[in-house]
Amino acid sequence: MLKQHLPILLVIVPLITAPLIVLLRRPLLSWMAAMLASVVTLIIAIPLLQQAVDQGVISYAIGTWPAPLGIEYRVDAANAFVALIVALMAVFVMPYCRTGIAAEVRSEEHYLFYAMMMLCLAGLLGILLTGDAFNLFVFLEISSLATYVLIAMGRDRRALVASYQYLLMGTIGATLYVIGIGLLYLQTGTLNLADLAQRLPVMGDVRATLAALAFITVGISLKIALFPLHLWLPNAYAYSPSAVSAFLAATATKVSIYVLMRYFFTIFGETVVFDARYTGTLLLALSLAAMFIPAVVAIFQKDVKRLLAYSSVSQIGYITLGISLSSVGGLTAAVAHLFNHALTKGGMFLILGGVVLRYGGASLERMAGLGRTMPIAAFAFVLGGLSLIGIPGTAGFISKWYLVTAAMEEGQWWLAGAVMLSSLLAVIYVWRFVEVAYFREPPEGSPSRGEAPLSMLLPGLAMIAACLWFGLDATWSGSMARAAAEALAGAWK
Amino acid sequence: MRLDIILRVLAKLLIPFAVMFASYVQFHGDFGPGGGFQAGVIAAAAVIFYALIYGLPSARKVVPDALVEAMIALGVLIYAGVGVAGLLLGGNFLDYFVLAHDPVHGQHRGIFWVEVGVLVTVFAVMLKIFYVFAGRSRSPVDSEDAS
Amino acid sequence: MNLASHYTYFVTILLLMVGLFIVIARSNLIKKLVGLGLFQTAVYLLYIAPGKLIGGVAPIIGEGFDVYSNPLPHVLILTAIVVGVATLALGLALVVRIKEAYGSIEEEEILERDAADELNATDRA
Repeated sequence: MLKQHLPILLVIVPLITAPLIVLLRRPLLSWMAAMLASVVTLIIAIPLLQQAVDQGVISYAIGTWPAPLGIEYRVDAANAFVALIVALMAVFVMPYCRTGIAAEVRSEEHYLFYAMMMLCLAGLLGILLTGDAFNLFVFLEISSLATYVLIAMGRDRRALVASYQYLLMGTIGATLYVIGIGLLYLQTGTLNLADLAQRLPVMGDVRATLAALAFITVGISLKIALFPLHLWLPNAYAYSPSAVSAFLAATATKVSIYVLMRYFFTIFGETVVFDARYTGTLLLALSLAAMFIPAVVAIFQKDVKRLLAYSSVSQIGYITLGISLSSVGGLTAAVAHLFNHALTKGGMFLILGGVVLRYGGASLERMAGLGRTMPIAAFAFVLGGLSLIGIPGTAGFISKWYLVTAAMEEGQWWLAGAVMLSSLLAVIYVWRFVEVAYFREPPEGSPSRGEAPLSMLLPGLAMIAACLWFGLDATWSGSMARAAAEALAGAWK
Repeated sequence: MRLDIILRVLAKLLIPFAVMFASYVQFHGDFGPGGGFQAGVIAAAAVIFYALIYGLPSARKVVPDALVEAMIALGVLIYAGVGVAGLLLGGNFLDYFVLAHDPVHGQHRGIFWVEVGVLVTVFAVMLKIFYVFAGRSRSPVDSEDAS
Repeated sequence: MNLASHYTYFVTILLLMVGLFIVIARSNLIKKLVGLGLFQTAVYLLYIAPGKLIGGVAPIIGEGFDVYSNPLPHVLILTAIVVGVATLALGLALVVRIKEAYGSIEEEEILERDAADELNATDRA
């Protein structure tokens, strides 16, 4: 009996936990509630993915109102896989929060922090599972509003400005998305995604469809932080509490990428989006720009958190590059990189959070001699950096391998070269950290600082370890990415 | 501020009617236009009106901050609870049909409780926004600025 | 194309552009939020206007009425309005906090102060 309700349970467990936390109020109790809810979502996400892979499409009618009229939750391998990633990241980040947040957020605000984390989690999972275009917008705003609050909780006053800027950009993005689905609704009279996917091809080549496509693409790209629209991201990641940076870097942009893929491949269909138009070429150009320009900017950053944030923008370029290839191979690469990058970047931000706790800041200058004062953290951070570069044996290599293979299948040999070249840029910015951490003496007279507390170190180490594991044995992640790509490319029709 | 006797008397007269109107809008929402959103805002307006006339501290005594915050969470829980009740009674999430012995009755019951949840949360959120913005000018940071 | 029959779209686009322009061009944080509100409100119009049928009434079944306006856009926009209110409240709350932290709500002054902070930080290092 419980099995058929898994899609909705995944969303309502964190959604109900959030108000419960507000009622509990005590920091320890709210952390325990949030931790428990995260574990439960993970426990729900695993069988849901299994079910989705076995059955194909699972449909769940909210309030038992049948699909095109009522709100439907529609789960297939693609969104179940991304939902698993999101739940997994929540489980990794939550143990870190207990000590990590104590240092960064005032204790009377802790329950609000956890409530917002839960709302953000519920919003992200809702975006993934819902089969209704407007419901998707509502969940997008739930997660975004929670995110703005979380970012503003950073200690630095610049966190407020970062949050404000993200609020402006995010709201514009979400509003553009609403305009897009408004145009679709006016044409087809439906908001159900699967129904839209069936009705749009019948409409033929209408200009309003193209306008809707443009609005949705630009709106969601703002949320993805696709290259020229990424300006909100570096500050938001740099000044928010470390746990929030880790969670957002691993999940928020990834979920938006899923939405873009869903609209491109399932709803509008490849023929409308890619053939006969320049969308593919445009996306390819922007992805290439994203792979190079922010990577160069990352090299010149003085703050390691900002460095990682720019590197995130650059890594998003790889994912959109996979999308722009518009083949199952490219999609597989995109989904695989989505997973691998979430593990890598989430882990690196968590490790960095421990360093920030001990050093009181994330500026590169201060981290001189980190390899000696905090050997485990520094080593794990470098391992994560290797995965960003894409050294064989790390998760980053697997997705770049998929990407290069997919590009070659399309006959685009030069793209393989571009991927290699931009990896070289990653080498440079990771090397800057290595140079400071291992080849400089710790400043004289500085008190010897030990490793971060275990509860902060272990989640980061676990993520980096997972990143190595999936670099050595990619059978599971690869097959899941493949299943997700095939589901995206047309199982709803 | 002792010359506001007319305001005080008028407020005392008007506030009960405002609250009553809120309950009318709330409970008539089943059959005509109305419902939790509007009722919540009207009820909150009554308290905000009280705060404007009698001052923020006395309003905070009537509807304390802790209660407001608890109500925000409680309303959401009532709403979600209706959904979960549908789940437990063998339907899907937010399924009102199974809430009573016959479906029409179930719809009534479901919508009633959902609207109660909306009322509680909207009322509390409106008040919270008012309290937070109105209480801000008395914060220590601002008085430092002024000095 | 018939201009008169599409005038709601022109009004919508005009409001959208005015709102977006304010968000981009103004440096006062509150004015930016006003622009953002205008931008969002224009979208409400995009949904609501086509949902109205001339001569249609509220969709409550009653004798003597057989033309009803589409209620779905209203429901959607009601939700969008709530989202808009939440965004605006959060935005204003952030502006209050920014004012307390920086003593200004002009974007340029805030950026200047940040730049000055950064300069100080590098001097010390």
